[in-house]
Amino acid sequence: MKVKVIVTLKSGVLDPQGKAIQQTLNGMGFANVKDVRQGKYFDIDIDESDEQKSKQSAEEICKKLLANQVIEDFKII
Amino acid sequence: MNSSVIIFPGSNCDRDMDVALKKFGFKNKMVWHDDDKLPKSDLIVLPGGFSYGDYLRCGSIAGKSKIIQSVIDFANSGGLVLGICNGFQILTETGLLKGVLQQNKNIEFICKNIFVKINNSENKFFENIDKDVLELHIAHNEGNYFCTKDELKSLEDNNQIAAYYCSSDGKVDDKSNPNGAMKNIAGIFNEKKNILGMMPHPERMIDQSLSGEDGSIFFENLLKNLK
Repeated sequence: MKVKVIVTLKSGVLDPQGKAIQQTLNGMGFANVKDVRQGKYFDIDIDESDEQKSKQSAEEICKKLLANQVIEDFKII
Repeated sequence: MNSSVIIFPGSNCDRDMDVALKKFGFKNKMVWHDDDKLPKSDLIVLPGGFSYGDYLRCGSIAGKSKIIQSVIDFANSGGLVLGICNGFQILTETGLLKGVLQQNKNIEFICKNIFVKINNSENKFFENIDKDVLELHIAHNEGNYFCTKDELKSLEDNNQIAAYYCSSDGKVDDKSNPNGAMKNIAGIFNEKKNILGMMPHPERMIDQSLSGEDGSIFFENLLKNLK
């Protein structure tokens, strides 16, 4: 089954790309944009029909490779 | 002394490192990432470059490559491991070194000569080194060192900070911090000081025609310490 994963920088960790996007948006006239945090999205197709087991695999995948937990959090959706 | 340089797809300082090591008397071998055994070595070097195109996070894919388990075993048994630039990023991704190298604060690729102050010379890498401020070269997009407060405290308490970015006269200040690295950190050790990761490239400063020779001081001294 398909599992979706979002990896984001932990709050408090500097995100220069997010900052640049925010400033660009402000410059384009979107004056109400106060903050942008950039993240990563993964679509993972796991050969497993049990939802619980798929999510367990996804969690292990996130911890071991997709997220660097020093600076990143992950969410399985 | 025998050294080995690991080559990953996308490494681009592997041959510079090979030239530098041989120039100062190491018998160097090049090792492909897909091998699973290391040749007999006194020093393993993870070179600079863009392993796996910096996909996912710099060094993250290389950190899971086939040869890495042998490098980890070698390091854990006390073997000397040096990671330069992308090699430093790979070492943090394997967990051999603490923290992470984030994107440079000003979102720009920085390529220039800088100065570093050696902070701890009680180890094989810097023992008896003639100068404590070296002019080296940096070329990176992700060199902004970051770790948690607790990790920083333990790095400082165990004297694991190897080098700080500084001015030409050795002053460690904001002005000489090229990339936003926490506390101006340019390189760190593991607890036992047998693993060194640093962003600056000593192999790019081994000849006057390469704009400086402070890298020579590093390699000559390293070889002397290993003999």
